[in-house]
Amino acid sequence: MSTYSIQTERLNLWYGDFQALINVSVDVVDGIITSLIGPSGCGKTTLLRSFNRVNERYGNVTTTGEIKVLGKNIYDPDVSLPELRKSVGMVFQRPNPLPISVYENVVFGLRVHSSRTSLKKSESDEIVEKSLREVFLWDDLKDKLKVRATTLQLEQQQKLCIARLLPLKPQVILMDEPCSALDAEATRAVEELMVSLVGRYTILIVTHNMAQARRVSKECIFMLLGEIMEHSRTKDLFITPQNPKTAEYIEGRYG
Amino acid sequence: MSTSATTSPNPVTLDPQTRFRETALVRRKKFTEKLARLTFLTMTLLMIFPLLLIVSYLIYKAAPILSINFILDNPVRGMRAGGIWPAFLGTLYLVGISLLVSAPIGVLAAVYLNEYARENWFTRIINLAVVNLAGVPSIVHALFGLGAFVLFAGMGRSILAASLTLAIMTLPVIIASTKEALGAVPTAFREACWNVGATRWQTIRRIVLPNSISGILTGIILQVSRAAGETAPIMFTGAVFFKAIEKGDIFAYGLFDQSMALSMHLFTISTQVPNVPEALPYGTAVVLLGTVLLVNALAIVLRVYLRSRKKW
Ligand SMILES: Nc1ncnc2c1ncn2[C@@H]1O[C@H](COP(=O)(O)OP(=O)(O)OP(=O)(O)O)[C@@H](O)[C@H]1O
Ligand SMILES: [Mg+2]
Repeated sequence: MSTYSIQTERLNLWYGDFQALINVSVDVVDGIITSLIGPSGCGKTTLLRSFNRVNERYGNVTTTGEIKVLGKNIYDPDVSLPELRKSVGMVFQRPNPLPISVYENVVFGLRVHSSRTSLKKSESDEIVEKSLREVFLWDDLKDKLKVRATTLQLEQQQKLCIARLLPLKPQVILMDEPCSALDAEATRAVEELMVSLVGRYTILIVTHNMAQARRVSKECIFMLLGEIMEHSRTKDLFITPQNPKTAEYIEGRYG
Repeated sequence: MSTSATTSPNPVTLDPQTRFRETALVRRKKFTEKLARLTFLTMTLLMIFPLLLIVSYLIYKAAPILSINFILDNPVRGMRAGGIWPAFLGTLYLVGISLLVSAPIGVLAAVYLNEYARENWFTRIINLAVVNLAGVPSIVHALFGLGAFVLFAGMGRSILAASLTLAIMTLPVIIASTKEALGAVPTAFREACWNVGATRWQTIRRIVLPNSISGILTGIILQVSRAAGETAPIMFTGAVFFKAIEKGDIFAYGLFDQSMALSMHLFTISTQVPNVPEALPYGTAVVLLGTVLLVNALAIVLRVYLRSRKKW
């Protein structure tokens, strides 16, 4: 068992002719929150999406280099994408609950990964309760399980999107600006939730909010134009940045 | 705070009661607004009135002849009396079979194009072809059907050949409308599925199709009306002016028989046969219209049913 959940080795990625990731070599530590910061368009989302190979669904993508998740090279021929994505879940900028009930949202992943009949009602009830409790939604939603998820408040939607991953027992949760559509109060609640997940899951969060990165993450990665400029403990990165570009960015000189 | 009367945006000398008065420009804008509203309303009414008028006029004219026997009887006395059963049944066969062919192919092709295919020169050509084929006049499809099905494939002039011709005619439109319906499903839903490890098919089956089925059905139903109303494509490929069949027998036609059709029957008795009682063509038109409306109504019921089955 490595102490790194995700390791990349000279990862390059192109959308057609456009190189979005350049020689990215990064080790993401197990069980902590790592934040990923950088100006718009520097490739943060792209990097996240390469960790469960979902980039390949977005058009003409070429990748070189190595990505190891939990010690396994995910480009090995024996890697099954559904199984990979089970272990590496993703939360998006805009909460994207599916247009089905709260209940069905939570068990959606399980249904996708199990044959038609193998999921018993009692089992799934239990899983739904456990997952919703884990994201602090159970008390709010236990009477609304049949409600269409897209009618919930944004904060609840976003927490539900996190809850949706949990039944699959992921090791890694990727979050792409999970709070940027939320107000301050909801942001605080989701941050609290993220912190409560530390230890059980490796969390990688993209954020444009420096304060958030400082609040929740233990390590921080700064990207610029497809390259990793700096990766260190969040405290160090914000107080004594090693790279002058990092300093410029966190002082707010771009994006 | 010092404010001089000339620079302050709210001069103190102004009587408060005169604030927020209409200016000439606002008056003009209000007028334009009213005019625009009126224009749009007029156009809507202009569209609805003739429709209502046509329908009520048709029914009024057809009233003397409308009865269940009018639908179930053969035409008699050189099509100057009797019913329209062979034409009615023919239309059901033609439209039904053509849809049985074009709806599945069209929907599946659209799913492939929208959900699986990568954007490249090949799919671009296909999409271009679909759009252009959708605009081809029906008489061209008729000639194609004549060449391809009747002559080349050796089906002869038959229900099968005519149905396939109608299918070819409706296919591109079904593909286009289905693609549109699929495209209206937000990408965020698909992303949510992919990121829990759903395959493309699971994504389509569980999320994309349930959320686009209304639009897909609407597109297909519009083609029912179109196929039922067209004369040209079937005239060359399988429809005949007259053919007597067993009264009320719904299995009276075989695939390789020729058949009558409502659209063509209407054309025939309105223009080709002298001394047809007035109610006859109107009655035929009402049945044609009624059938199409019935199919529409069925589609609505189906849509409501599908929506109620969607769990949330
Ligand atoms: N599907 C795609 N096809 C082509 N180019 C893409 C695609 N997705 C992203 N890009 C390009 O790759 C670069 C990196 O995009 P990415 O979305 O990873 O940036 P980001 O750091 O997440 O930005 P933001 O902070 O705005 O979300 C951008 O220049 C973008 O235009
Ligand atoms: Mg992004």
